[in-house]
Amino acid sequence: MKTKVALTGNEAVAQAMKQINPDVVAAYPITPQTEIVQIFSSFVANGEVDTEFVAVESEHSAMSAAIGAAAGGARAMTATSSQGLALMFEVVYIAASMRLPIVFPVVNRALSGPINIHCDHSDAMGLRDSGVIQIFSENAQEAYDNMIQAVRIAEHPDVRLPVMVNMDGFITSHAMDVLEVLDDETVKNFVGTYVPDDYLLDAQNPISMGNFDMYDFYFEHKRQQVEAMKAAKEIIKEVGREFAKISGREYGLIEAYKLDDADVAVVVLNSAAGTAKGVADELRTKGIKAGVLKPRVYRPFPQEEIREALKAVKAVAVMDRAETFSTCGGPMFADIRNTLYDLKNDIKVVNYIYGLGGRDLRLEHVQQVFEDLENIRKTGRVDETVKYLGLRE
Amino acid sequence: MTQYGPLNRNLGSGTRTKAVRSDMKWHELTRAGNIYEPGNANSYETGDWRSIRPVWNKERCINCLFCWRYCPDASVIAKDGKFEAFDYKHCKGCGICAKVCPVNAIDMVSEDEIEKVKEANKDEN
Repeated sequence: MKTKVALTGNEAVAQAMKQINPDVVAAYPITPQTEIVQIFSSFVANGEVDTEFVAVESEHSAMSAAIGAAAGGARAMTATSSQGLALMFEVVYIAASMRLPIVFPVVNRALSGPINIHCDHSDAMGLRDSGVIQIFSENAQEAYDNMIQAVRIAEHPDVRLPVMVNMDGFITSHAMDVLEVLDDETVKNFVGTYVPDDYLLDAQNPISMGNFDMYDFYFEHKRQQVEAMKAAKEIIKEVGREFAKISGREYGLIEAYKLDDADVAVVVLNSAAGTAKGVADELRTKGIKAGVLKPRVYRPFPQEEIREALKAVKAVAVMDRAETFSTCGGPMFADIRNTLYDLKNDIKVVNYIYGLGGRDLRLEHVQQVFEDLENIRKTGRVDETVKYLGLRE
Repeated sequence: MTQYGPLNRNLGSGTRTKAVRSDMKWHELTRAGNIYEPGNANSYETGDWRSIRPVWNKERCINCLFCWRYCPDASVIAKDGKFEAFDYKHCKGCGICAKVCPVNAIDMVSEDEIEKVKEANKDEN
């Protein structure tokens, strides 16, 4: 049974967590994620879930407690944003390398400094190389759906990796949205019971986890993590197809919006994809063949799917809501240009940094991007590879 | 190119091997380096980390076994309540045994010196 409800992104994620009913949640409040944990802890207090809630003293401890719980055989979760994720940094790598299926929503927020509480993707991008799976959500519906699927992806025997479910701070987390939620029983059956194959509390099969690993084994174990990431691409698609059966909404690694015949395309993550799709629709009425590519999964990077989706496009703009300070553009720009290089199609790829620290991305900004792309397509000339959208300059 | 099938992707549960060898390929090793065999630190020889080694003086030793009790690495081997030997394959040369010995029956000797003596003996032979 599906029910239409009005919820904020945070409420939707908390609702998903309630229906998943994890064994352990260890978390610390941080804006704009606080509500997720606050709402979830009320579910714990009201006896609506069986979860052991650990109110830890920092995000470093939050992920550490989740690691301990997961290593002990529990289905464990945490949640965070921005500085919290930064403080969690070292332990996120450990969760990934220990192959622990911890699911954790990250409500994307700019990193200090200057101190700021609003949306950009610098927090998630800081951990793109940590070995966790990163899923991005355009709206509350996707955040809810991604949370439920993340459990199955993380716990799949071929994967066994942490999954970070991203959504935009305030834009998605605090805005009221209409979405369809599933009933408790359906979610319960979909996520199933977690059956760990290796866990510390298994007295019959004693094991040692998180062991010291020298130059003679570390490299091999890192290679194993790559293999798990490769496997994750297939599993994410499998879980997406299965999720469609209970929800009517199918998910893959990317969303290709009007790309079949597109001349120009924008590549963008999270909520801004909605803005871009709206602009593309409008431009299509004016005869401009505009399309949008939204990577749903950023790590592992869906290179083949993106290459296939963009192969016939003439000019592409990658929109990054994070800086790398490489002076060569944002993080996703490097990935996308790299992906298109082997096609030898002379696709022009440019980069726009936008929305840092919560700066609004307006329709006219995206219109400007498409106009620039049309000019590049017509002239074959790129004047500036990396530009800033909505910056006073 | 792929020598490992999809069945082997679940590294760890399919390869709960007890004998980890240093020549094993990445897909032969247990997932995440999990160890399924208790006490396997014994098979990992750490003695070559040592720069100074404890040398036992049989004449002075009173077999109080303070060294055996204090050794942080179980590298003092005792038998029938008496000192038997040092386990040089695992002793890292911390010197705690020499420090706690009440009768100074343990000397800490530089590994370089021991090497030199060995070399000299070789030359004589």
